[in-house]
Amino acid sequence: MTAVAGRAAGGPGDSKPSLKGKAARGSILADKAATVVLWGTGVLVLAILGGIIVHFAMAAWGVVSLNFVFGDPSDTELGGVFPVLWNSIYMLGLTMLIAVPVGILGGIYMAEYARETGILGKLTTTIRFAEEAISSVPSIVVGLFGLILFVDNFKWGFTALSGALALTFFNLPLMTRLAEQALRAVPQDERSASLALGATKWQTIRHVVLPLAIPGLITGVILTAGRVFGEAAVLLFTSGIGTPAHYNFMNFDLTSPASPWSPLRPATTLSVYIWKLNSEGLGAFKNQIVDGSAAILISMVLMFNLGARLLGRILSRRLTAA
Amino acid sequence: MAQMTTAYQSSGLRAKRSLMDRIDTPQIVVLAAAASMIFIVALLLAFIAWQGIQLFVKDGVPVTQIFSPTWQPDMTSPNVSFGLLPFIAGTVYVTAVALLISTPVSVGLALFLSEVAPQWARSIVQPALEIFVGIPSVVWGWLGITILVPFLSSTFGSDINLGLPVVGTVITIPGFLTGFSWLAGSLVLSIMIVPTITSVSYDAFRAIPQELRTGSLALGTTRWQTIRHVLIPSALTGVLTAVVLGMTRAAGEALAVQMVIGNSPSMPAAISQPVTTLTSQITLDMGNTVFGEPWQDALWTMSLVLLIISITSVVLVRLINKRRMGA
Repeated sequence: MTAVAGRAAGGPGDSKPSLKGKAARGSILADKAATVVLWGTGVLVLAILGGIIVHFAMAAWGVVSLNFVFGDPSDTELGGVFPVLWNSIYMLGLTMLIAVPVGILGGIYMAEYARETGILGKLTTTIRFAEEAISSVPSIVVGLFGLILFVDNFKWGFTALSGALALTFFNLPLMTRLAEQALRAVPQDERSASLALGATKWQTIRHVVLPLAIPGLITGVILTAGRVFGEAAVLLFTSGIGTPAHYNFMNFDLTSPASPWSPLRPATTLSVYIWKLNSEGLGAFKNQIVDGSAAILISMVLMFNLGARLLGRILSRRLTAA
Repeated sequence: MAQMTTAYQSSGLRAKRSLMDRIDTPQIVVLAAAASMIFIVALLLAFIAWQGIQLFVKDGVPVTQIFSPTWQPDMTSPNVSFGLLPFIAGTVYVTAVALLISTPVSVGLALFLSEVAPQWARSIVQPALEIFVGIPSVVWGWLGITILVPFLSSTFGSDINLGLPVVGTVITIPGFLTGFSWLAGSLVLSIMIVPTITSVSYDAFRAIPQELRTGSLALGTTRWQTIRHVLIPSALTGVLTAVVLGMTRAAGEALAVQMVIGNSPSMPAAISQPVTTLTSQITLDMGNTVFGEPWQDALWTMSLVLLIISITSVVLVRLINKRRMGA
C-alpha cells in the first residue's frame, strides 16, 4: 500500500495529477501515522518505567522504614532486611575488588596493545570471541559453573568467595569492554605528544592515557556495579540461600563463619532473598517484605545510574577545564 | 662530545641487553588480564560439558531419550524417563513469542531514537532504557507476579474464542486459570529484552551514511518511505544481530521466567497454560537433588543445552556480521 503510494507520488512521469495528489495525500498520511506510532514507542517506555517507579513507591509506603532497612529478619513480624542488604553490599565490594583491576588491565591490553594482524591478531580475535561468549552464557549456567568449580571441586562450600568469583567471571567481559571503550575515547594526539617527549609506551599509558580516561572508567565501574548488585541467578548455587538472622559487626575474625566480614561464610543477597521468599511462599509478611526489598533494589539501581551519569559529567568537566 | 660518547655507550649497552630485560612486564600483565577470559571460557566449557554428558556416560541413559516428551526423573517411579523435549520446547516457544512482541516495539523505538526524536526526547528515553537494563530479573519476576499474572487470570479467566465474522470461531484458547502461563513468561521477557534489541538496532541505524537519507528525501519521499525502503533494508543485518542477541538473553533468563511461568514439566499445550523452560527447571530442581544422582545429571545436561544455544548464537552473530563486512 505504502510502496505503491510512494512510487506514484515520487514518479515524475505521472500523467494524472489528480491521482498523484491522492497518492501523495496517502503517503503523507502514512508518514504522519508512522510518526505517531514511533513517538508512541518512546512514550510507552517512559510510561512503563514511570509505572514501575510509582508502583514500588506505593508498595513500599508503610513498609520501608529505618527499622526495615536496618533491622534483622523476623518470623513473627515484618522485621528488616539489614543482613541481606549488607551481604549485597559486601558481595558487590568483594566482586569489584577483583573485577575492576583485572577488567581495567584487560581493557588496557585491548585498547593499547592488541594487534589486528599476525599471530597476535589471532589472539585478539580469540579474546573477543571469549568476551562475547561469556556475555552470552546464561547467568544460571555461570552459577552452575561456580557450583561445580568453587563449591564442589575447591571444597569452599556455599560462601561469599565462591559467589564473588562466579560474579567476577560473569561481569569481567562487561568491565573489560567498558574500560576498552573509555581508553579508546582518549584522543590519539595525547599519546603521540607523550611518546614524542620520549616517554615509553607504559609511561604514556600510566601518566597520560589513564588519567584522561578516568571519567569513562568510573562510569564503567558504576555500570558494572549496578549489574552485580541485582544479580541473583549466579548466586543461588554459589553463595547460598539461607536467611542470616543477625550479624555481629564487632566480630572481625575473618576465619569465623559467623563474622559478617568473612568471605568464607554463606552470603544471601537481597535479590536472592526476594527469590527465596517468593518460591517458599511462607510467612504472613512475605508480600510486604518482597515489595520493600524490591523498592530498595530499584532505588539502588536508580542511584547507580544517576551516580554514574553525574560523576562522569563532573569529572569530565573538571578535566577539560583544567 | 661527552654526550655523544654517552650515547654510544648506552646504545652499546642496549645491544647487550639480555632477554629478561627486553620482556615488557606491563604488556605481559595486561595481556594476562585480557587472556584470562579465554581461560574462563575454556574452563566453563570443559566443566559444563563434562557434567552434561554424565547422564549418558555414567547413568547409561541413551542419548535419544532426551528427545522424548516424558519427564519422569524420579528413580523410584516404574517408568523413569529423562525426556528434555518439554523444556527445550518451552524455552523455544516462550522465547519466540517474546521476540514476536518485542522486536516490532524495539525496532520502532530504535527508529524513533535515531530518526524521529528531537534531542530533548532522546535525552529522556535513552537514560530510561539504561535504567531498564539495570532492573534486576527478580524484580521483573515479582512485577509479573503482582501485576501481570492477576490481570491475566481475572481478565481472561474463561475460554477465549478467536473467530472471523462469517466463519465463526476458528480456535478456542482455554482461559488463564491461575495466570501463571507461557504468555506471562513471554510478556515479562519481551520487556526485559527491549533494551538489548533497541540499542543494537539503534547502532545499526546510526551507522547508515547520512547521504542515503538525504538522497532518498531529495527524490521526494516522505520520512516513513525513507525508513521503510532505504533505512530498514540497509540496517537489516544489524537488526538481525539485535534480534539474535535478544533471543540469547531471553532463552537464558532464569528467575523472572521461573517466577511467572507456572513450571509444569509437560509439552506446552496452549499460550494460556503453565509451561516450563530449561532455565526454570534447573533453578527449581538443582537445590533439591543430590550431586551425582541421574536427576541432577539431567539438569547438568540441560545446562549443556543452554550453553550450546548461547555459543551457537555468538557464532551466528559473527557469521551475520562477516557477511555484512563482505558485502
